[in-house]
Amino acid sequence: MPPTASDADLDIADLPDLTRLTAAQQSDLLGNRIVSSRELTQAHLDRIAAVDDDVHAFLHVDAQGALAKADAVDAARAAGEPLGLLAGVPLALKDVLTMRGAPTTCGSRMLEGWHPPYDATVTRRLKDAGIVILGKTNMDEFAMGSSTEHSAYGPTRNPWDLDRIPGGSGGGSAAALAAFEAPLAIGTDTGGSIRQPAAVTGTVGVKPTYGAVSRYGLVALASSLDQAGPCARTVLDTALLHAVIAGHDPMDSTSLAEPVPDVVAAAMRADVAGMRIGLVRELNGEGYQAGVRQRFAEVVALLERAGAEVVEVSCPSFDYALAAYYLILPSEASSNLAKFDGIRYGLRVGDDGTRSVEEVMSLTREAGFGAEVKRRIMLGTYALSSGYYDAYYGSAQQVRTLIQRDFAAAFAQCDVLISPTAPTTAFRLGEKLDDPLAMYLNDVATIPVNLAGNAAMSLPIGLAPEDGLPVGLQVIAPAMADERLYRVGGALERILFQRWGGLLIESSPYGAGTRPPGGADAERSEATGGQVR
Amino acid sequence: MPENAAAITREQVAHLGRLARLSLTEDELDRYSAQLADIVAAVARVTEVATSDVPATSHPMPLQNVFREDVPRPSLSQAEALSGAPAAEDERFRVPRILDEE
Amino acid sequence: MSTATTRAAAPIMDFDEAMARFDPVLGLEVHVELNTATKMFCGCSTEFGAPPNTQVCPVCLGLPGALPALNRVGVESAMRIGLALHCQVAEWCRFARKNYFYPDMPKNFQTSQYDEPICFDGHLDVDYETPEGRRTFRVGIERAHMEEDTGKNSHVGGATGRIHGADYSLVDYNRAGIPLIEIVTKPIEGAGRYAPEVARAYVTALRDLLRALGVSDVRMEQGSLRCDVNVSLRPSPDAPFGTRSETKNVNSLRSVERSVRYEIGRQAARLTAGERIVQETRHWHEDTGLTTPGRSKEEAEDYRYFPEPDLVPIAPSREWVEALRATLPENPAVRRSRLAAEWGISDLDMANVVNAGALDLVEATIEAGADQAAARKWWTGELARVARERGVELAELPITPSQVAEVEALVVAGTVNDKLARQVLDGVLAGEGSAAEVVASRGLAVVSDDGPLLAAIDDALAAQPDVAEKIRGGKVAAAGAIVGAVMKATRGQADAARVRALIFERLGVEG
Repeated sequence: MPPTASDADLDIADLPDLTRLTAAQQSDLLGNRIVSSRELTQAHLDRIAAVDDDVHAFLHVDAQGALAKADAVDAARAAGEPLGLLAGVPLALKDVLTMRGAPTTCGSRMLEGWHPPYDATVTRRLKDAGIVILGKTNMDEFAMGSSTEHSAYGPTRNPWDLDRIPGGSGGGSAAALAAFEAPLAIGTDTGGSIRQPAAVTGTVGVKPTYGAVSRYGLVALASSLDQAGPCARTVLDTALLHAVIAGHDPMDSTSLAEPVPDVVAAAMRADVAGMRIGLVRELNGEGYQAGVRQRFAEVVALLERAGAEVVEVSCPSFDYALAAYYLILPSEASSNLAKFDGIRYGLRVGDDGTRSVEEVMSLTREAGFGAEVKRRIMLGTYALSSGYYDAYYGSAQQVRTLIQRDFAAAFAQCDVLISPTAPTTAFRLGEKLDDPLAMYLNDVATIPVNLAGNAAMSLPIGLAPEDGLPVGLQVIAPAMADERLYRVGGALERILFQRWGGLLIESSPYGAGTRPPGGADAERSEATGGQVR
Repeated sequence: MPENAAAITREQVAHLGRLARLSLTEDELDRYSAQLADIVAAVARVTEVATSDVPATSHPMPLQNVFREDVPRPSLSQAEALSGAPAAEDERFRVPRILDEE
Repeated sequence: MSTATTRAAAPIMDFDEAMARFDPVLGLEVHVELNTATKMFCGCSTEFGAPPNTQVCPVCLGLPGALPALNRVGVESAMRIGLALHCQVAEWCRFARKNYFYPDMPKNFQTSQYDEPICFDGHLDVDYETPEGRRTFRVGIERAHMEEDTGKNSHVGGATGRIHGADYSLVDYNRAGIPLIEIVTKPIEGAGRYAPEVARAYVTALRDLLRALGVSDVRMEQGSLRCDVNVSLRPSPDAPFGTRSETKNVNSLRSVERSVRYEIGRQAARLTAGERIVQETRHWHEDTGLTTPGRSKEEAEDYRYFPEPDLVPIAPSREWVEALRATLPENPAVRRSRLAAEWGISDLDMANVVNAGALDLVEATIEAGADQAAARKWWTGELARVARERGVELAELPITPSQVAEVEALVVAGTVNDKLARQVLDGVLAGEGSAAEVVASRGLAVVSDDGPLLAAIDDALAAQPDVAEKIRGGKVAAAGAIVGAVMKATRGQADAARVRALIFERLGVEG
């Protein structure tokens, strides 16, 4: 059985390290007054202090604020006030969402020292639910990247192997989960920034339907693609967090008015019997690592055995998705990032009293942005400029229509679609840093979902035999049918849990019970041995 | 597709830098003209399938007519508004001299 | 003095000579600030005159993460303006981002509309005067679209606080995000030598229309109505359009006319001298009556418009459009003609009323029971004088049309005379209550009891026996002196006509 709240009827003396527990288990302990939120929060702060020098998942840890919030929740609980299920449970927030009073850098020098005077809607919903925000997690600068190496504050490392990337842009949130620094995290996903990090760290991440979670306070990368979503180590935890952050927000004009589907019930139902599952031919072939394909094939067989009907579908326009994405994203980003000019907030460079504002703006942007950000701003400026707009931006928007049509045709035959989340397992730090095009290929399977606005999940399905690193499965649902992700993900997680006798992440170097982190190589070979059954 | 799609000159990169307010170094002008050319060559294939009968999609969800009622909400305080300013003076944001009105 | 205006003034060709050589084509772009309670994309107040940077929020300050939310009334005002200008309302339209860097623009893009304006293809008929009489010109409307205003820069240092030579600038973003509607004409051709008058008449008519719609304060001096004037010349009406200049900052009706006249003269001089007209932005200087060029740009602006992804399309239903159409006021010009006919007054009299800003007030006063001559007299006379004294608009005086009608009713009833009525108005303006209350509290009613009047008449006749004799002798005009004396004795509180009648009665003559 995957861990659920019912597993948590433990005595405090018998408790393992609190940070090993899922959010649902932590919620149960809190609800039964076996632990306080302060104890939980302190345990995670201690964990962060112990491991984050190596992992570097956090850019900012707000110990004082977290403990104050924990105390407030404990007091509310003692007073018998009604509390949400996740009240008192700690969480790591990606540094792309504003939080009043805390720094928000987006991984950029440009915003170093900026303290936003307002909360993102997601942040406010988390606070209202009593969730304890531990701090802000590392990311590729302005969410541009697939490795978190483009953070101005140094890379985050993958807890499975500190020499490897944790994925990106939300590598900090995924690594925080994988290193047991937090049971819950918030990510944002523009082309795969939740799902690809989840895949390469052996965690779970969901990009909800576009508009399901408010973007207000999410520092925009590409407005028509960005979506914040829940990240955790189990499907149920992800669902619990999804239910907290999703919902209509009048501050975001693209926010959906429809009621949020019951994702928690779907995660508990965890049953694929009778479902039609489509295997996207274009997202599982050349360029995909052998171990990734192997684990994927095993999962297909498991799903069939569990009563799902698996069919192959073709989405021919997906071949153009990456190209369309790398026109739409830079175009929107070039405009969204224009506001960083050193006038109202953030960095200002070169204001010596003689230079004009035009010069100071240009010097500030030159100094404040990293290479990848500048590259994409230039590309977007080019794609939107007169004479090129129709051929580039215009054509890319047409490709978007074709991709939506492909999805519509596929969903006419299937309830969900599946593919590997990423073509490879985690690559080595520095390996693709100087080859932007190779880096962009990481998102080839996740990007079509953002272009169409659908919902998708990544969940761990095992370790690649050749390198012992996690492989993720992507489940894609039609827009506004996010609950199907949790039904399929929950079912698969249960099956795999029984096969493995635990969660995949528990076999990672950082997941191995009370054993201190380190000796990653030894741990990994052990884990790999345990995996290939 | 524009004829010179795959060739991006140093001068073009300099022009883009001015449009985007980036004070690019000589080194960057060289590097970006090469890299942008590569990327543009790769992404230009969108034109292969974008025939005139395909409408453009700008928003992933087909929402329309989303409005806010004309009812005032509290603003930030002046101190909050100016809190992030690199320079402020006389209740305003201080900026270097402006060469010309727009 | 700015560096620009110290340059030698451009040679100007005499207007008549210019008109003999060239045919002018105009284009007018008017930006009007809507009087909505909140900004276009956020809930910040739009009230004028607040301390700097107190009407700003994450949205209009362009803070990272903030998103726009569209003001319904802003959209409705745009559609009503379009409908009043006989435009079509788009069945579907979007906002677009206009990308350029400027410190008063918080996001470094303006949320505007590009190739999908909400209203397009309309017209406005405008009247203008010529020595041969009044004429009407139909100005075509290209489009009316929605956008947002910028913040305000003030320049510190340098000689004059102007932009040139300033050491630095200070920015207040209170104005940033206030709804703007940009109304663009089609090329105005065929106005010939009356192009300056037509330009002024258009802006005047547009201002009146916007005021009647109630969508804007239309205060040019406060910047809530701003005008850019495009002028080009061509050798003859059948020649292709010449290169145009765009004069910005034209912020009074008079300046609209003057700037067109100036640009015609300047361009004619250049063209005649064999020089080219540069397509450029020029600034109008109210003080000198000149335009000067803006800084020449190294390269053409490229605004990189694309559909605003943070706002969803607008698709007004037919029902919505028709409901808005039903709220349109009568066209101001049509209304003026109708009222002039109803009241039986001349165009000139009507122009006086309109120029005093009194049309609505006079109409309401008539509706409240006053006759048209009296209603016009009070508003364009005494009350206009008070408004001028106080430096306010007529409509801003603390007196309502029904209060003015009440005062006039007292005059008609003979309770007060004209002179006393002015004191009653004074009391009402001072907040002393209704007209009747002011009459009572100030003791202003005319003396209607004959007893005290007869006593005063007897005194006056006794004091001026020679005058009494003249009246008895049939010189009725001499009675004026006695009337004057009686009025003086009663401190004006007598009804002069009654006094006159009593004098004749006393002396036994026919009046």
